Amino acid sequence: MATKLKEKISNEKLSGTQKVKRALPQMLKGGVIMDVVNAEQAKIAEAAGAVSVMALERVPADIRADGGVARMSDPELVSKIIEAVSIPVMAKARIGHFVEAQILESLGVDCVDESEVLTPADEQYHIDKSKFTIPFVCGARNLGEALRRIGEGAAMIRTKGEAGTGDVVEAVRHARSILGEIRKLVAMSDDEVMNYAKEIGAPFELVKQVKLDGKLPVVNFAAGGIATPADAALMMQLGVDGVFVGSGIFKSGDPEKRAAAIVKATTYYKDPEVLAEVSRNLGEPMVGRSARSLSPEEELASRGW
Amino acid sequence: MVKIKVGVLALQGDVAEHASMLSKIDLEPVPIKYIHELEGIEALIIPGGESTTINRLADFAAAELLDRIKEKALKERMPVYGTCMGSIMLAKSVEGSDQKTLCLMDITVRRNAYGPQKASFEADIAIRGEALPYPAVFIRAPQIISAGKDVEILARGENEIFMARQKNLLATTFHPELTEDTRVHEFFKGMIEEILVKEG
Repeated sequence: MATKLKEKISNEKLSGTQKVKRALPQMLKGGVIMDVVNAEQAKIAEAAGAVSVMALERVPADIRADGGVARMSDPELVSKIIEAVSIPVMAKARIGHFVEAQILESLGVDCVDESEVLTPADEQYHIDKSKFTIPFVCGARNLGEALRRIGEGAAMIRTKGEAGTGDVVEAVRHARSILGEIRKLVAMSDDEVMNYAKEIGAPFELVKQVKLDGKLPVVNFAAGGIATPADAALMMQLGVDGVFVGSGIFKSGDPEKRAAAIVKATTYYKDPEVLAEVSRNLGEPMVGRSARSLSPEEELASRGW
Repeated sequence: MVKIKVGVLALQGDVAEHASMLSKIDLEPVPIKYIHELEGIEALIIPGGESTTINRLADFAAAELLDRIKEKALKERMPVYGTCMGSIMLAKSVEGSDQKTLCLMDITVRRNAYGPQKASFEADIAIRGEALPYPAVFIRAPQIISAGKDVEILARGENEIFMARQKNLLATTFHPELTEDTRVHEFFKGMIEEILVKEG
């Protein structure tokens, strides 16, 4: 169970190792992970070419509209979605709520999203993700935050963006920040690295590794406000490995068509002709809300540190 | 010497990991997204990823690309190596599914045969002809559950096949590209060289 880093299945099979946990997101690269709230939506997402689905009770746009405390989804709902599709299923736990994560692991989800979209359960500590057998994805706004989460055992990073707005501006800001800081670090001289690690509050060993590799040690997706094929392609051209689309699909006029269009745009992200073609006649996009119009209490990205 | 160009199908999946492995063994990786890119390569790798996604893309712009891959593998004997999802794409049939594949290798696969991600694992396996065990990584892996008489079985577990070759085609249900061990990619390089020599 969740207490052992390396679980021995038999004499020679090792599950839950860092390599095995980081590998699942590696297989999702170049793909789209879609938020779904029931088995029917999960099947639509799979048929449209999603590489994975995120099972949740309410998409972020509805969480915003409804207010109140947002928690892990009903295990019944999560199980039904797992049964409905053959692609990997993710589900969200509240920041710091390691028991929700234990429950999701026991249900057989393939990856837990420790997500700022839900109401945080702990304002000081994130989940110790290294104790789990399954991988975690965590949100980040900058390199320091990404490396703190990786230090805690996250096997995948996504930009926080500003979920449920349909406004891509914060996802762009966070992707530019993470990727720009990596470029800055790579250009730094070795004797500046310790001080940089201190400044961004990140583990020194991870900072050194990023400097050497020129990239994060885990897969990095974009999330939070992606609503159109062009948004997805924009994030891919900025240099992320794939995209999450939350409210953008099932809050739009023609989810099936939009989902397939975003999948195609994520593969052919450098090809404006394909992007123009898939963007035609998609119907109504989700009703957006400018991220600038949010009051500080409404900003989800500031949850977690 | 001019390096042999090996394509890596780049529609979705762990393309960069294969590319870096190919560079390590002195082959030139070429990401393949469009049909015209197939003409300059001597061999192709189909990486790990989600087969349902590839099939959806195949309904769209990638249909011709996949048809041409099949034609090159059959008529021009282009070497093709599939890992995990790639092994599903090569298989003649997928158990309990009418999922489309390239139908190139006489093997039947079972998708996601070990269960959810918590059952994914690393294990040292024996590969035929290799003195030392190979550190194989299985991620929501398929199993090759049967193989025709022309298929050479190179590694197997108790009830499943991990690695198999049929003439110019190679399939592994595990991910050599996630390790530091280049032996499986070198085996594929050997296949490429062997076929290039035969063709003169």
